[in-house]
Amino acid sequence: MHVIEIQGLSKDYPVGFWKKQLRPALKPLDLAVEQGETFGFLGPNGAGKTTTLKLLMGIIFPSSGSARILGKDFHDPEIKRRIGFLPEQPYFYDYLSAPELLDYYAQLSGVPQTGRKQRISEMLDRVGLGDVGNKQLRKFSKGMLQRVGIAQAIIHDPEVIFLDEPMSGLDPLGRHEIRELIQSLKDVGKTIFFSTHILSDAEALCDRVAVIHKGELRGVGVVNDLRSSAAGKTEVIWEGASALGSVSNYALEPHVTGDTVRATVSTELLDTMLERLRQQHARLISVTPLHGTLEQYFLSRTSDQEPVRV
Amino acid sequence: MNSRLSAITLNTFREAVRDRVLYNLIIFVLLLVASAPLFGQISIGLERLILVNVGLSSISVFGILIGIFIGIGLVSKEIEKKTLYTILSRPVRRWEFIVGKYFGLVLTLVVNAILMSVGFYVALLISEHKLTGADGHLLIAIYFAVLEFLMITAVTLLFSSFSTPIFSAIFAFALFVIGTFATDLRNFAAAAHGMTKWFATAAAYAVPNFASLNVIGQVAHDQPLGGSLIVMNTLYALLYSAAVTAGAVLIFERRNLK
Ligand SMILES: Nc1ncnc2c1ncn2[C@@H]1O[C@H](COP(=O)(O)OP(=O)(O)OP(=O)(O)O)[C@@H](O)[C@H]1O
Ligand SMILES: [Mg+2]
Repeated sequence: MHVIEIQGLSKDYPVGFWKKQLRPALKPLDLAVEQGETFGFLGPNGAGKTTTLKLLMGIIFPSSGSARILGKDFHDPEIKRRIGFLPEQPYFYDYLSAPELLDYYAQLSGVPQTGRKQRISEMLDRVGLGDVGNKQLRKFSKGMLQRVGIAQAIIHDPEVIFLDEPMSGLDPLGRHEIRELIQSLKDVGKTIFFSTHILSDAEALCDRVAVIHKGELRGVGVVNDLRSSAAGKTEVIWEGASALGSVSNYALEPHVTGDTVRATVSTELLDTMLERLRQQHARLISVTPLHGTLEQYFLSRTSDQEPVRV
Repeated sequence: MNSRLSAITLNTFREAVRDRVLYNLIIFVLLLVASAPLFGQISIGLERLILVNVGLSSISVFGILIGIFIGIGLVSKEIEKKTLYTILSRPVRRWEFIVGKYFGLVLTLVVNAILMSVGFYVALLISEHKLTGADGHLLIAIYFAVLEFLMITAVTLLFSSFSTPIFSAIFAFALFVIGTFATDLRNFAAAAHGMTKWFATAAAYAVPNFASLNVIGQVAHDQPLGGSLIVMNTLYALLYSAAVTAGAVLIFERRNLK
């Protein structure tokens, strides 16, 4: 079963003062996330990531389409007990302390009174806020608020967790800790859907990613496959353009700059090619195995010059 | 009351308390108590009348002003600061949010009225040295003030469910003022003709009737009030508040948040 199933979900906003025109913030989106998957929702600023999450949470209503979460319609209050949400740049009731805030949210999510206190202090420890005591949230730093935000998203032990840019506002250590926390949620089988534009985080955590740009889904990929699509290739740079003729069967996409040549080669043919280059007295400058990166995928999906293949 | 509703109610109350709105009032009450002996200097006989009028009017007007002041921000602030995101992503129905906010503000105003009333009776005791049955009679006016709070809170919440805080404040305050003259409006409607009559009648029934809830003049002079007035006013305030709150819910249910 798909835990999250988005079917043609879209959102238009009216623009202009006099002539109200509709501008799509999200074009009809179809997406499915499986049980236990960590799914990265990538896209540049203004791509429509937050819009998608707000639609899924019932904060705004779609112009068309619908979604199913845990097999039920996404507006069904019952499923909200089983999901958690961290908004982007979260802000909370600043007259409350962190334990009070979590207690309030736990009540709203139907966490029973017994053991709630215990759970709250465990949760605060878990997000690295074990020592904040009863300080009011108005005195919290941005990173501390982000941690409170993550705590409130998981206080009721949800099965599906939606995070809108969970790493924003955190220092490098904080980012590392939150990464570990997300990993630990993943390890216990939670389904995690998070938006980000920090590709290294997505690469480290996600099983699959979707790239969205200008409100449009540009591609969905399995992170391991993306890595290996460029894998198995090696970049070779040498001096001696005259040698190119003898290796033209092996050298892919050769670029000649003056007397220097840069080309890629399949790794199994590397030895043969190097042998030939030596015979031609070409001077080797470098041999570098290539790794596909999420970044290359991301850039290829979000640059508008390239034809869009979904 | 379900646990989500009570959680929202109590959190709304807690916010008001921590915002120190209530403390301003406590200062007012203390001032009233402290100035009680001064009323005695004005004139024998008028002393009680002035104290009762000032005290009861303050309880009503202060409550209404605080109601409007807090009420205009109840919904808009949660939208503005996006705290609603973390509420609506939980099993909280939108109506529970509105009704919880409503109860929370009413609770705040009731607690506030109780505190002010205690101060008022202390002032009365200081100036008269004893409390009589006539003083107990004054409780009816305080009870009616609470009924006013029920209505003004609902009205403010209705405006704040679709409008900005400034406009909500203006609308709610305008309705309060018009409602104070509801009797005049009804008389005018009865005397008018044609379209004017139609509009005036509609307006007279739409505005909250604060005129019939203001019995301060009567109780100050210890005039008897019929039991039926109490019953009718209670029913009226409950029905009016319920209808207006339902309107606020209907609007909010459909609203796209920023
Ligand atoms: N309330 C609104 N009214 C009009 N347009 C809106 C509204 N909210 C969002 N948009 C538009 O929708 C588009 C998508 O915005 P969205 O917030 O979903 O982007 P995002 O992918 O979350 O970006 P970021 O990475 O900057 O958070 C943007 O062009 C934005 O201007
Ligand atoms: Mg965003």
